Amino acid sequence: MKLNDIKKGQSTTVIAVIAGRELKNRFSSFGLVKGAKVTIEGHSLAKKTMEIRINKTHIALRSSEAEKIEVT
Amino acid sequence: METIRVALVGQPNVGKSALINSVGNARLRVGNFSGVTVKKEVVRFSRDGYDFEITDLPGSYSLTDYTIEERVTREYLDDSDYDLILNVVDSTNIERNLYLTTELLALNKKLVIALNMTDEAVKEGVHIDEQQLGKILGVSCIKTSAIKKTGIEELIQAIIKSYNLRENRFHLQFSEVFEQEISHIVSFLEEKKIHCKISLKALAIKLLREDKETYLRFHEEPIWIELQPIVNDAYQHLYLHYDTKDLDDIFNDEKAAMAKGAVAETVQLDKQVKQSFTDKIDTLLMHQFVGLPIFLFLMWGLFQLTFEVGSIPMDWIDAFFALLIDGTKSFLGDTELASVIADGAIAGVGAVVLFLPNIIILFLGIALLETTGYMSRVAFLLDGFFHKFGLHGKSFIPLVSGFGCSVPAYMAARTLKNDRDRLLTLFIIGFMSCGARLPIYVLFVGALFSEEQTGNILFLIYISGALLGIIAAKVLKMTAFKGDDEPFVMEMPKYRLPSFKLIWHTVSAQAMMYLKKAGTYILLASVLIWFASNYPKQPEMEQQYQVKIEQAETQQSITALTNELALYKLENSYLGIVGHASEPFFSPLGYDWRMAIALETGLAAKEVVVATLGILYGLGEGEDEQSSGLIDKIRTNISLPAGISFIVFVMIYLPCLAASMVFMREAGGWKYLGYLFVFTTATAWILSFLAFNVAQFFT
Ligand SMILES: Nc1nc2c(ncn2[C@@H]2O[C@H](COP(=O)(O)OP(=O)(O)O)[C@@H](O)[C@H]2O)c(=O)[nH]1
Repeated sequence: MKLNDIKKGQSTTVIAVIAGRELKNRFSSFGLVKGAKVTIEGHSLAKKTMEIRINKTHIALRSSEAEKIEVT
Repeated sequence: METIRVALVGQPNVGKSALINSVGNARLRVGNFSGVTVKKEVVRFSRDGYDFEITDLPGSYSLTDYTIEERVTREYLDDSDYDLILNVVDSTNIERNLYLTTELLALNKKLVIALNMTDEAVKEGVHIDEQQLGKILGVSCIKTSAIKKTGIEELIQAIIKSYNLRENRFHLQFSEVFEQEISHIVSFLEEKKIHCKISLKALAIKLLREDKETYLRFHEEPIWIELQPIVNDAYQHLYLHYDTKDLDDIFNDEKAAMAKGAVAETVQLDKQVKQSFTDKIDTLLMHQFVGLPIFLFLMWGLFQLTFEVGSIPMDWIDAFFALLIDGTKSFLGDTELASVIADGAIAGVGAVVLFLPNIIILFLGIALLETTGYMSRVAFLLDGFFHKFGLHGKSFIPLVSGFGCSVPAYMAARTLKNDRDRLLTLFIIGFMSCGARLPIYVLFVGALFSEEQTGNILFLIYISGALLGIIAAKVLKMTAFKGDDEPFVMEMPKYRLPSFKLIWHTVSAQAMMYLKKAGTYILLASVLIWFASNYPKQPEMEQQYQVKIEQAETQQSITALTNELALYKLENSYLGIVGHASEPFFSPLGYDWRMAIALETGLAAKEVVVATLGILYGLGEGEDEQSSGLIDKIRTNISLPAGISFIVFVMIYLPCLAASMVFMREAGGWKYLGYLFVFTTATAWILSFLAFNVAQFFT
């Protein structure tokens, strides 16, 4: 499954990040790496952007980027 | 005295600035990192026989080149001379912070860690065993709170102690597989008696990271023939073990694992059921449906406040300068000198200072948005909308700064990494009416509309400017700036009550900048405009009128004649000549030559527009009207359609000279400034033309 298929309030675990080098490095500096536990905190209108939480870090990202994250 | 040079490094919002602010009697010097306009703050102070020189490096999530700030930090850490790194860590979010710490440790420099925000961590039930953490990382960890001012003295002592340590052991512990490969390389380097500034382990890691410089160094040496197969072997093992050939992946995994490991051993969390303060606020502010309306309401409130509250001290300032002008004139008599000082310098500067209260309130609002952490929420809420127009949610930050001043806004656009996204944002920042344009709006709206309407009309001006900008972005995106978008990934920091000191710091700096402009640039421009509007002299005409005035019988005709003369003089001054020459260009928009001149001088600085109008309309009036304010003069001289059309033009055309220069530097060339000039002037002209004709139709 992809991260943007997960519903609000649910948690999941990252299997792989399939993105370019820069984006991947950025994700990992936020703690978004293989094995990280991610919770979906919410979506903006029309689900264009979403808010996720890893540990204590809240991150905003676009659905198009969430698509690049494989989760269980 | 010995100087200890400290590089202050940390992720964004960990309290680096607050921490150096909490050191007593420190001297702060603000500058720029060479080549870029990223702010560089250096703090100096003395303690226990040492001079400290602390360089505050821009907040970075990691030592990559993702943003300009991160590049500056990495380059500084790699190339500059410093004695040790002070890594500030947010205790409430330690795992993510330690990710950066592992990268810093890999640099193999002396390092001290400040576990900041201890007060908050205690409240949230986060317990850190800093002794144990220090042992694991091989550096001292000190608990601090910049706000409660605890741990500061201990931190300074730890820095001194670490500075005086001779040896510098490399403590970073990778996973077993990784350590094995490293030790293979290290033992080979030891056998070959390789000497190096950094430890051999750090060197081995650099080799494994495919660090360019390290490779260049070894490539030319005979040892390379033997070294290469060893390193190659190591790669093969790692690839096999990690099931990937991506070195970045492997290292990122290692770093994350190290951070996780350290946290698991040293941090204890109280079981928490209570929803955090931030989460509670966010359920409302980040709500799918009400989030945006709340934001718009807050913005609307800010503009109301700017106008309503701002008008109180404005009256005092206005009265003060009027008094000053009259005083100067009666003191110096009716001379040229009195005129240049009173009508030129004081009137011009006064017109600018008049708007200081508005500007302070506006900047206060923007600073509040930024320091509370609300700004990135807004970026989140708006990205969906912005993205439709080819903009990035982060464009919001430079765009909102644009409401304050275009100069910092152009600089703020650097947070956008993708060149095309950045250029696009740069092009439309001008549509966000800057603080310096506010005086013009206030003047015209005040003169042309009723008092109850002013707040609403001002809000309308700002909103429609912003909407125009967004439409312009779409047009540009479809034509000039086609291409891929930058990813939108950003942290949403915890909400924090901003400290008064930090807010004061930003707002006072902005206010000072504005006043400085008034004191130098605007002063000069005012005197120039005064000169251009008073020269060349018309002695013949003056004589003719003098005779006529002497012959005149009623007071009325004397006034009429004086007015006629003043107007004649003005129209034939240098300024009048320029204004008349450009009149054909502006007359379809409903402007007379004075308004045309005001717009032209506005290219230098928007504050000058009001000053120019003040001088031009002030001089054109008879003496008996001396006391009436500029607002009345505008009201009697400018029709409603022309006024609206003028406002529209001011909304869109090029910001000041200073901003244009910054734009050019940020965009990367004169070429772009040329495009911007043509683009904004053409848009401004067309829309003003429309506004004028529509308004005329309805009135
Ligand atoms: N409670 C608490 N707040 C802090 C502490 N240090 C900084 N802050 C707050 O954290 C926010 C970010 O601080 P700042 O110094 O601007 O962070 P920087 O981006 O790292 O320079 C500000 O609102 C500070 O008031 C601390 O030790 N405790």
